[in-house]
Parts: sequence; C-alpha cells; structure tokens
Amino acid sequence: MTKFSLLDHESVPKHEIMPEGELKSVLSKYSIEKEQLPKIKVQDPVSKEIGAVVGDVVKITRKSQTAGEAEYYRLVIE
Amino acid sequence: MANVPPIPKRISSIKFGLLSPKEIRKMSSTPIITADTYDDDGFPIDMGLMDTRLGVIDPGLRCKTCSGRAGECPGHFGHIELVAPVVHVGFNKVIRKLLRATCRKCSRILLEPAQKQHYLDQLIGIEEIGHMPDDMINEAYKEASKVKVCPYCNEEQLDIKFEKPTEYLENGEKLTPTEIRDRFENIPDEDIKVVGMDPKNARPEWMILTVLPVPPVTVRPSITLESGQRSEDDLTHKLVDIIRINQRFQENREAGAPQLIIEDLWELLQYHVTTFFDNSVSGIPPARHRSGRPLKTLSQRLKGKEGRFRGSLSGKRVNFSARTVISPDPNLSINEVGVPMPIARILTMPCVVTPRNIEQLKIYVRNGEDVHPGANYVLRQDGRRIKVTNVNKDDLAEKLEFGWTVERQLKDGDIVLFNRQPSLHKMSIMAHSVKVLPNKTFRLNPAVCPPYNADFDGDEMNMHALQTEESRAEAKILMQVQENILSPRFGGPIIGGIHDHISGLFLLTRFENHILANDAYDMLRKSDIKELPSPAGYDPDGKPYWTGKQIFSQILPKNLNTQFSAQVCSHCDTCKKEECPNDAYVVIRDGELIKGTIDEAAIGAFKGKVQDRIIKEIGPEAGARFIDNMTMLAVRAIMRTGLSFGIADEDIPKEARIQINEVLGKAEDAVQNLIKSYQNKELEPLPGRTLDETIEMSIMQKLGKARDETGNIADSHMGLENPAVIMARSGARGSILNLTQMAACVGQQAVRGERIRRGYGGRTLPHFQKGDLGSDAHGFVKASYKSGLNPTEYFFHAIGGREGLVDTAVRTSQSGYLQRRLVNALQDLEVQYDLTVRDTRGVLVQFKYGEDGINPTKSDFSKPDTIHRIVRSVASREVA
Ligand SMILES: [Mg+2]
Ligand SMILES: [Zn+2]
Ligand SMILES: [Zn+2]
Ligand SMILES: [Zn+2]
Repeated sequence: MTKFSLLDHESVPKHEIMPEGELKSVLSKYSIEKEQLPKIKVQDPVSKEIGAVVGDVVKITRKSQTAGEAEYYRLVIE
Repeated sequence: MANVPPIPKRISSIKFGLLSPKEIRKMSSTPIITADTYDDDGFPIDMGLMDTRLGVIDPGLRCKTCSGRAGECPGHFGHIELVAPVVHVGFNKVIRKLLRATCRKCSRILLEPAQKQHYLDQLIGIEEIGHMPDDMINEAYKEASKVKVCPYCNEEQLDIKFEKPTEYLENGEKLTPTEIRDRFENIPDEDIKVVGMDPKNARPEWMILTVLPVPPVTVRPSITLESGQRSEDDLTHKLVDIIRINQRFQENREAGAPQLIIEDLWELLQYHVTTFFDNSVSGIPPARHRSGRPLKTLSQRLKGKEGRFRGSLSGKRVNFSARTVISPDPNLSINEVGVPMPIARILTMPCVVTPRNIEQLKIYVRNGEDVHPGANYVLRQDGRRIKVTNVNKDDLAEKLEFGWTVERQLKDGDIVLFNRQPSLHKMSIMAHSVKVLPNKTFRLNPAVCPPYNADFDGDEMNMHALQTEESRAEAKILMQVQENILSPRFGGPIIGGIHDHISGLFLLTRFENHILANDAYDMLRKSDIKELPSPAGYDPDGKPYWTGKQIFSQILPKNLNTQFSAQVCSHCDTCKKEECPNDAYVVIRDGELIKGTIDEAAIGAFKGKVQDRIIKEIGPEAGARFIDNMTMLAVRAIMRTGLSFGIADEDIPKEARIQINEVLGKAEDAVQNLIKSYQNKELEPLPGRTLDETIEMSIMQKLGKARDETGNIADSHMGLENPAVIMARSGARGSILNLTQMAACVGQQAVRGERIRRGYGGRTLPHFQKGDLGSDAHGFVKASYKSGLNPTEYFFHAIGGREGLVDTAVRTSQSGYLQRRLVNALQDLEVQYDLTVRDTRGVLVQFKYGEDGINPTKSDFSKPDTIHRIVRSVASREVA
C-alpha cells in the first residue's frame, strides 16, 4: 500500500521541529520557560510523522481567515 | 511578562476509605458517656455531648484539647462506644452485595481460584490504564452470587434478602449486625480486592459500626434564644437519643433482660444511628422534633438544593441587593434604571465625611430614615455603627465629624449593578445609574431588554448597590450600559430598537410622509432637539410640512455617513442602490437620511447599522444618546398613526381562497400520483436513498412547495398597509411564515423532520386505511389558523407542537450544562498586555488572542471591513 504523508492533507497545518536558535528567540519573546508552551504528545500521529522526540518544540503554521497565517508552538511530551 | 508566577502545586491524587474503629478512637478526644449537655450553671458537662474537649462555641471558654478560644479552635471529634454493632445505612448496597458474594461459613469469595486470579489480573490492567473498574467489579459480584455451593468448604449458600432500611434475612432468618460483622472479618484480604475494595483503607467489617464518631460541637452549635433558653442543634438531639438507648441497652443486658427486650433495644439503637446519618431513608418514619418537624441530620445537611454543596458552596447570598418585578419605561435613558422608592430607602451608599460634603451629609442625617434622601446609619471612626432614628437624627447630625461614614440612602445618579438570571454573558450584569421612582417595580428602557433577554411578563431582576469608590468607578467605566452596546459575540450592537421602535420608525420614514409643525414638535419633544430644519414643502393651504426622513434625521449625529440595504430589501439580482423602487436602500449623508426606510437593519437590536456606526465612529456616549432619542421618537411616531392588529387583518378575498384551494388540490393530486407510481413500482429512487425514503421526501417537498405557494397568494393580497405585513417586513415582530399559517395554510406537521407516522399499526389514527400514504393521514394541515383546523389536523398539530416543547426543555438543560463546563474550563484564562492568552500558571494557550489579536467588539459584525471603510472615507466615494 502506498504510504501517504499526513501533512499532505489540506486540513493538517504545517508542522516542523524548531531549531534551537529559533526556539530561544520565541521563549524570550514571550519570556517563558519551555514547560509553559502548549503540549503535544510524542504518540501524536503528526509528531511521529515529523520524527519529533520528547523535549522538541514543534512549530505549527496555520492558515487563518483573518490573520493570513498564524504560528503556534507545542512542546513534545510523553 | 517580566516575572512569571511559579507553577503552583497540584493535587496528584485523593484517596477515599472507611474509618476503622481503631482510627475513630484514635482521632477522638474523649469518649462520650452521658446524654446530658450542660450542668445547672450552664457549664458543659465532662464526657457529655458539649464537653469542652470537643471544642468550644461559647466566647470566654477555652478548648481542653487545643486550648484555643471559640473561633480559633476548629473542633475535635469524640466517640461513643456502641453496646452492640449496628449497620451503617450508607453502605447497605455494598453490604448486600458482599453477603451474597461470600461464603456463609468460611467467608471466602465464591469464585474458583482461577476465576479469582483472572479478575485480580484484570484489575491491575484497568488500574494501569487509569480506567474505572466498576464494570469489572459488578461482573465479579454477579458471578460470585450465582455460585450455590462454596468451592472451598462445600457449604451450601442460602438466599440473602434485604429489607428496608437495614435488615438482612438469610432464608427468612434475620442476620444480626454481629453475625454480618463476623462474616466480613473473616474475608481474606485478597478476596476483598476482587470486589474493588482496598483492605488497607476499607475493610468490609468497618461498614458495621461498633464505635460512632461524635462530630465536634462546632459542627452542631447550640443557639441561645432571646428568652435565654438554650436550643440544641438537631444533630445533638439525635446523639442524645443514641446515648440514651445505648445506656438502656447496656443496663438491660447486664441485668440479663429477656432476649425479646434486648432485640427491641438493638433495633431502636439501629434506628437512631440510621436516622443520625440519614433521616430520609425509605422504610422508616423520619425522626421528629417535639414540634413534629423532621430532624435535619447529616445527609439532609448535604443533599439537595439548600444542602451544603448546592446551597452553601455553589450558591451565595449578598447584602446591599434588591429584587423585584421589572416593567418598561421608554422615557428613561438606557443608562438608567428606575428604582422604587421603598428600595431606595433601604439600600445605602457609604459616604466618608469630609469638609467638602459635611453640610450635605448633615442634611441627609437630619432627614433620617423616613424622608428621602436620608441616612440609615452613621459609622463613627472607632467602627461603632449607630442607627439613625427619628429620636437621634438631629443629635447625630450635629455630632458628625470628619472621618465618620454616613450610610445615605440611594438617590438619583448612583451607580448600581443590574442583573437578570440566567447570567449567560457579560451583558447580563450591567451598571445603570439610579432614578428613584414611585411604585414598586424596577423600570428600564425596553431597548436594553435584548442583552438581559428580559420581557415584562413577570420577569424579576436583581440590583446591587456598590459599596466602594473603586467598584463604582470600575462599574461606570467598564460595565455601564453604553459601554456594552456592542457585543463581543458578533461585533455589532446588542442594544437597539425592538417591536414598536421598529414599526414606528418604519411608518415614519417610509416614502414621503407629510408632517405638520405640531406633529413634528410633538414627536421630537422628549429629545434635546429644539429646532426644525427648513420645511420640505408647503401644503396647498400654505402650511409648511416636513418629511418623516427629516424628522428622523434630527436625532442623527451631524457627521454621520453610511449606506446599507434595509431589512425590506427584496434582494433583487442587481441592486439599484439609491434608485431602489422600494426605498430599501438607506443613505445617510452628514447626519441626514437622504434615501431609504429605517427598519430593523438600521436600528434593531442585533442588526442596527446606525447605532453600530455611531458608536464605532463617534463614541458610546453618542450611541447611547441616539438610542435614547430613537426610542422616544419611535414611540411617539407610532402613536401618531397607531398600529393595531386583529383577526380581520388575516382576511383574504374569496378569489384568493379559491386560488389557495386550487393549489392545495393540485398538490394533493400530485401526491396521489406519486403514491400510485410508488405502488406500481415505477418510482425512481433518488441517488443514495431507498424507495421508501424517496417517496417520503418527494411528498414532503411537494407539500412544502404548495404551502409556500399558498403563502405567496395570501401575501399578494395583503399590501404593505397591512399591519402584520408591516411588522414582518420591517423585522419588528413575526415573519411571513407566521402570516402564511394564519391566512393561507398551516402546512406539514413534522416529528424529527419527518411526516407523522406513529400511532396504530400501519396508520396514524384508526379511521385511516392501513398503509395510507396520503397527505391528510400523515399530518398535512390544509387549513389556516384563521379558518380553523379540523379534528385530525388539530391532533397532528398538537403532536408537532409537543415536539417543539420537549426540544426546548431538553436543549436548555443540555446547553446549560455545556456552558457551565466551558466556563469552568476557561474562567481563569486571561488576555495579557502582549496579546497572549495565558492561564494562572502562566502557561500559554494562544500566542495571539484569536490568532489575529482582534477585539471582536471592535470588528464590523465579525467581518474585516475597517480597511475598506477607511479607504472609502479617504477617497470619499465607493472603491472596488
Ligand atoms: Mg419572561
Ligand atoms: Zn480545640
Ligand atoms: Zn466456604
Ligand atoms: Zn434592493
């Protein structure tokens, strides 16, 4: 059977693992610790798809009717 | 967000268990052995129910356990050693199940070792995944109680019957609590686990009481009546009963009384302990006070609406509040509330005496409590509160010093909170300024009904007098009605014209209306407009006249510019805008209504574009003033012509009636043809539908179309001069569908969106043919409400109507529960100054509020229209 990428579905927004540097600037922008970010589970299909591990931060770029594009960040947890 | 608060500690788990006799004795500060409470000096008796080791309630006494005074001492438990064990009513269910599931001789659970192990393994698995083991446990109980012979000792098991409230019969013989307790004591720990009990925290024999904990006196304080007599709490009364019987029981047993007497006393002890826990168990008469009032014992304190949970923890009462029926007063501003004089004389505002207000406050104090506005209390600087009476009022006024506080009566201009339940959104509590009025109801401008969802069919509302300067300032700035005209729900006004306001302005501004000076001044009398513009023309007799549009323009702010389609717009394929033949395109230029009719789309609550524009472009104060003027103008405009509605307004000409009957007849024929082709198996099924579904859908569609057609016929015979049409078209009240049903045809009655099918086998009513698919056998109502329904139609109509009632009842309870859960989940979230949404731990929920950071209140009906508007106003023309 052909393997499909979850991310190709139109209603799944773009998920990517954030590089360390970008993460730092986001955390300092909101002056928070990593633990204060919203969470996502490693078992989440989309975490598996992009190969995220516990402790990574996933950047989600969503389409928004009013804002064009909106960014969201989630800490990968167990 | 410089310093983030630390993440608070969280409760990781809560454990429930039973109190063992050992634990009860350990936590007890004293055994209670005597039923007496106080000695002759009014001092608590040692080892009595009011023993000071149980805590103290009298000021001056000290607790013997913690040496705290009343108020400091939390209270301590005592205990009563029961002479014989009794059943705890609260555990009847478990006791019964356990008796049936265990052997009567060896007390082991009646399961084969393998089966037992299977359940134990399952239990571990369920615990691991964090699920509730209830289903498995019930299965284990059920399996065990099926076994008739013990697999361990081969003892035959007897039938256990439970009799209310606390009796267990084994083959008709009563099991004493001692016997039950003995059996439970012998159940091995491992067998206990199978039925979901944790032997460390809840051994089953603990459900049979041998020691009774005595709640601290702080839980059951005695009150001293005015006569100086002490009155004890119901719980204390009950405990007295228990101790008395306990003592008698012991004396009788020691004296070797006959078994019959012992049994009676045992039963009596059981009764008192049972009612101590729950005085509403079925099967026994509730314990009563000497006066005949049933005692309020432990479970009565917790259960029900007035109980601890619903009454004390979730619900609270407040001072400085008032409640009464509401009624309308269009002459009040939307920011005002009419407060009845009797309420204004009771509620007070605290005023600190200063050099600037002392003279005024002296007047209030001198007025006393009977002359409004007076004062009810004076607070000295040392905190003493003195009631102002007719005797001391002049004296007090003279003594008034700076720094004292005068609690003066409510007067015009005070800021108060006004509320109507259910408080579903923030506009359910708004700040109004007081207007003291005669009579006994709260008065409010009908334009503020929509946010409160109020009407005047007996609704009551609550009012709260604010007691601090800060709260009054906050209420005025954030909660005043004018600050809440725009709803954050949809970015439009939730306050505006309703009913007569809309019909009134519709009648006023429709077409060219000749209004003479007298009428014009009369209509604008209540607003602050004192001059009329130059007249629109002169009548043949030389009298000047003005148009309705001109009159309405007087209350518009001078710099208002906007245009939009009115409610009456018939949505033509290409809108002719200003040239609309129905005058349905509103154009306001520099505060002048040039074209169009004012209706719901202009000034209605929820829809009014005029308030919306005024508030967003000029400000809430102008918005409030416009609504005030608009409601007053509308009321006088509708009085000029009058608008009444009666059954005769549904009359349609004979030829219309004939046309309608023709349409209905044709529809009936079409339905019959459909049925025929269905019966001849000629009907083609719709894609994805069965044949049965297809015929139902086709019939419904045919009949629905016929109803609409009859509506159009009726409508075409009722012009815009018909009051029902005026109300429906302008959006004031009612719809064209209502009109259709009144004048032409009520139409299909439905249950769950389908034709009515229930009733007798194969038919809805006994006089129809079995399998009749025709329209009248399935709830199509040909008649109109005016003409009257025939009996079968009436019956079907009642069926359809009931569904509506059931629906609303179910929906309100369900949506209420949903709302509660949402509010509980979201109440602590807060939009921060950096536009992030965070909870109390500082955990982010949204990085930008709503992804775009837009305040929905300031958006244009939730649509991004601001840019277009700015461009339009800069270019001062329409830009594509
Ligand atoms: Mg009502
Ligand atoms: Zn104490
Ligand atoms: Zn046995
Ligand atoms: Zn139009």
